[in-house]
Amino acid sequence: MTTPRKPYVRRQYWNEPTMGWWENFYLFEVARGLAITGGVFLRNMGKWMTGRKGALTSYYPEETRADYAAGNRGKHILTQRPDGRPQCVACNMCATVCPAQVIEIDAAFDPDDPAHPKYPSRFEIDYSRCVFCGFCVEACPEDAIRMVKETPDLPGFDRDRMWLGKEELLNWQPHADVAKPYPVRPAAEPGRSPDA
Amino acid sequence: MNAPDLAISLVYIAYALAVLLTFGAILTWVERKQAAIMSDRIGANRAYVRIPFTQVKLIWLGLFHGMADGLKLLLKENFKPLAYDKLAYALGPWLAIVPVLLVFAVVPFGGQLDPGRLFPGLAGWFGGRTYPMQIAPIDAGILIVFAFSGISIIGAMLAGWSSANKFSLLGALRAGSQLISYELVMGLTVLGLVLIFGTVNLASIVERQSGTVLGFLPAWGIVYQPFAAILFLIAGIAENKRTPFDLPEAESELISGYFTEYSAMKQGIFMLSEFIEIAIIGALFVTLFFGGYNLPWMNDTGFVFPGGHAVPLSHGWVVLLQLLTFLGKIFLLCSFQILVRWTLPRFRWDQLLRFAWKFLLPLAIANLVVTAVALWAQQA
Repeated sequence: MTTPRKPYVRRQYWNEPTMGWWENFYLFEVARGLAITGGVFLRNMGKWMTGRKGALTSYYPEETRADYAAGNRGKHILTQRPDGRPQCVACNMCATVCPAQVIEIDAAFDPDDPAHPKYPSRFEIDYSRCVFCGFCVEACPEDAIRMVKETPDLPGFDRDRMWLGKEELLNWQPHADVAKPYPVRPAAEPGRSPDA
Repeated sequence: MNAPDLAISLVYIAYALAVLLTFGAILTWVERKQAAIMSDRIGANRAYVRIPFTQVKLIWLGLFHGMADGLKLLLKENFKPLAYDKLAYALGPWLAIVPVLLVFAVVPFGGQLDPGRLFPGLAGWFGGRTYPMQIAPIDAGILIVFAFSGISIIGAMLAGWSSANKFSLLGALRAGSQLISYELVMGLTVLGLVLIFGTVNLASIVERQSGTVLGFLPAWGIVYQPFAAILFLIAGIAENKRTPFDLPEAESELISGYFTEYSAMKQGIFMLSEFIEIAIIGALFVTLFFGGYNLPWMNDTGFVFPGGHAVPLSHGWVVLLQLLTFLGKIFLLCSFQILVRWTLPRFRWDQLLRFAWKFLLPLAIANLVVTAVALWAQQA
């Protein structure tokens, strides 16, 4: 014979809503709700009528919010060396780590700069597929790619126009790497080969 | 019917159709914008009309979104469900919109029109006759209103039943029981007003509201019957099947209720009839409780303010003021209905019926009894 199981009683951890006759009558509370929403309507309408903005949202592509957080992962930029060339050494780490595989880099040889002979001749990001995870920034050993808080001007009618090239990455908001001060490049002396 | 009468009738019908369809089109925009402003948003503002051969884009606060919607509905696929009753399916939208339009026939949208005084050149043709600004000046006004709103129930029921879709059928059943319940409340609330004014002719009801009570209050129905006004507005919103009474088409439960299987312009007709019905409910409320086309202290010859100060107006100005007053009052009522729609959450089904039968109906009957007793005491 099995012992009778104790019936499961669910523990009540919430408060029962208590409504007095005032709330139960419903019409008064409806009137209060209408007063609240109507008040918001009148307030916002008054703002629009007097030439101010009566909304919390923004006209997105025309108007971007000024209050992005400092750490917001927005548009990518490439940092510059003092002479204006990209700090990127075309190591392809960002392109490798990128989960959306949107970074395309073509490396090239720069005989003028013996310390950094490899540089990107092409650096492009496909913003139609970028997921803004920030892994490229994490992976970069040279602090060459960063994300600023401003958002990219994304909306468009054509995917092919959503590629960001090296020129824009470098020059849209030029940043220099202050943590890594480069000595000013000496002017090339005549009769001295660059790799001596 | 002679030629001048016919001409006047045609002008009235054209005016009524223009007003109703314009209200139907404008209210889609008003609803979007008002909802947006109420909830701190901006609202639809992208559709534009580009002036040909220029780059000038007219946006006009998104006024063209309604136009874009209509165009989209016209161009969409005219889908038909596989198994349906062809006749009933085709009749559904028309039975929904035609009665709504017909109700406006008995609503007076202005006072007496004397075309001979407006156009002195035609005075001989009209022969000094005056016309009430009402398409069908018949004595059975309120009865006609209820008869036609009864027909629109059939439209919803037919549409839901003939679609051969369980969601549609559920929506149709809900629509039927809801509309019948709330029509009862609506009728009982109006009865108190009928007792006071002693007539069901809408034109005479409005004329009775043109004076003043206690010397300064406009003698509007809402002054005599404030409770009936509130109950009538509630029942009217329920008749219109809009939130918080939108159980027949509850999107989150029934896709879109009794017109789930309708597509393209057939669905557009249901939407249009819903928006026109907002204006119709507003027009009825204005006619019964807000003095119709009357401005406070205004009569057929001008204003007479409580202090005794009089401002005479010519016949043309009086007619124009009456038309504009009526439209303005309807617009305010429409705006209020949209406010209600974007404020209150939807009822549960049992709450909806309980609200009608156990709350509104007893209140309406009590209102009627009190009115009758008060009138009896006054006469005795």
